[in-house]
Amino acid sequence: MATHTRYAPDRGLTVRITATLFLLGLVFVAFVALLIGIMTAAHASGAAIILVAVIFGGGSAFISLFYSDKIALAAAGAHEVSPQQAPELHGIVDRLCALADMDKPRVAIAPARMPNAFATGRNSKNSVLCVTEGLLYHSGLTQEELEGVLAHELSHVAHKDVQVMTYASLLAIVAGLLVRFAFYSELFGGGRRGGDNGQAALLIPLIMLASIVVYAISFLLIRLLSRYRELAADRSGALLTQNPSALISALTKVSQGMNRIPTQDLRAAEPLNAFYFAPAMKLTRGGGRGGGASLSALFSTHPSLDKRIEQLTKIQRELGQVDSGPRGLR
Amino acid sequence: MGFLDTILGRTKPVQPKLDDLFGLPSAAVQLEAATGFKPTGSGSVSFRAPEGKPFADIQKEVLELLDMDNGKPGGGLPVEVTKDSYGYTWLVVSHMSDEIDALVTDLHAVNSALVDGGFGPQLLCTLVAFTDDSHRRLSLVYLYKRGTFYPFAPLGGGNNRDNALELQVKGVLGDDLKFEQDLTRWFPVWGAPGL
Repeated sequence: MATHTRYAPDRGLTVRITATLFLLGLVFVAFVALLIGIMTAAHASGAAIILVAVIFGGGSAFISLFYSDKIALAAAGAHEVSPQQAPELHGIVDRLCALADMDKPRVAIAPARMPNAFATGRNSKNSVLCVTEGLLYHSGLTQEELEGVLAHELSHVAHKDVQVMTYASLLAIVAGLLVRFAFYSELFGGGRRGGDNGQAALLIPLIMLASIVVYAISFLLIRLLSRYRELAADRSGALLTQNPSALISALTKVSQGMNRIPTQDLRAAEPLNAFYFAPAMKLTRGGGRGGGASLSALFSTHPSLDKRIEQLTKIQRELGQVDSGPRGLR
Repeated sequence: MGFLDTILGRTKPVQPKLDDLFGLPSAAVQLEAATGFKPTGSGSVSFRAPEGKPFADIQKEVLELLDMDNGKPGGGLPVEVTKDSYGYTWLVVSHMSDEIDALVTDLHAVNSALVDGGFGPQLLCTLVAFTDDSHRRLSLVYLYKRGTFYPFAPLGGGNNRDNALELQVKGVLGDDLKFEQDLTRWFPVWGAPGL
């Protein structure tokens, strides 16, 4: 079509996402090459461990992808609502979907008092958009602000973020499993083999070491990718509603609400964190369970509030500019 | 959305399709012959007004353009601007009930002015109202992004719609107009201005 658009693509963000994915791919290729090398060199036990980890890891990722909508709804205790039960919510989603020309996801409400929203599902036909009662009734969001939040979540659906993040996490899942398997096999089977085959005894710790390194690197890259996807969803959401200001004020309100609510309540929401509108967990508990590390920009699934607002302010300025004809490539 | 857009997490703004709107006048004749529903002469364009001055300027231009021929035969009444509870702006264009050609021309003028200004992605839908002798209300809603029509017939005061009538209209006009086949996209527009 010969029409011009007023939206210049955000090249910086595109470049950063590409670079992150490239690094993830690089780690993936290196890891697979190493595993294949080990498997050909090792005798049966090493190869079997790797094979089992790949099957388990891949299987669990596939299941979580396939049932992501049901798992997330169950974890949040949410229930689907019909247009009759929540006409206003459905009305907003209907209109946004018509503007964006996308399939309408199912709409659900979770009973949590914490103001938040998430969207999940492997594709647009099977996705579900869930908001908490806290967001609807207790957060004091205006209709425009609520719309901004919903547009952000719909952008996650349009970007197929659940799929992208699952594939991106695949490597970390397999590496994490390998660490565990190699550890147990060392613990229980190490002594038996030690004497007669020195080479095999060395291989298991090698697998373990490589897996730990890969897990650590890919974990950081996945978190980085998650933060970029959030920024991308903010951007697309704001461009869809053409109202970045409402999204900014919604973010501010929701984040303030988060800080007021005690941590115990928030922990229940931790597994869903990556798909939430604003992170429910301020403390990231990376590798080990238990002690919470201090809030760290490196580990968090969401960009800082300042970063998000900064980006939206940029869009705000762009919208206010007088159009000077075709701009950008698309 | 292409594969690359998915990978990179970006959405292209969807441009509207405008041309199918001109199928309305002949469809209106067909509709009256088959069901007795006549155009009321009013129609409306719904869009998402972006924040910022550039859009306000364009909107002003559009209004001036449309109101230029007021008072002349076929010129219609002044355009009404309203904002609904969802934050969408509606421009209501009113003509005599037998001037559906002029109505469609006016609606198209609004659309093309917005598209030319680069605001095409903001268009939500266009609505043309019909009524029959027993004062039942019906509207044909045009979805810009899909280039398709669907019927919307509100019933009474509550949030009920006459699905039987809607499906009947789809049956009557299905061959003349491009109808939206995906029924989940027939979203209701309760209390839409111009209905």
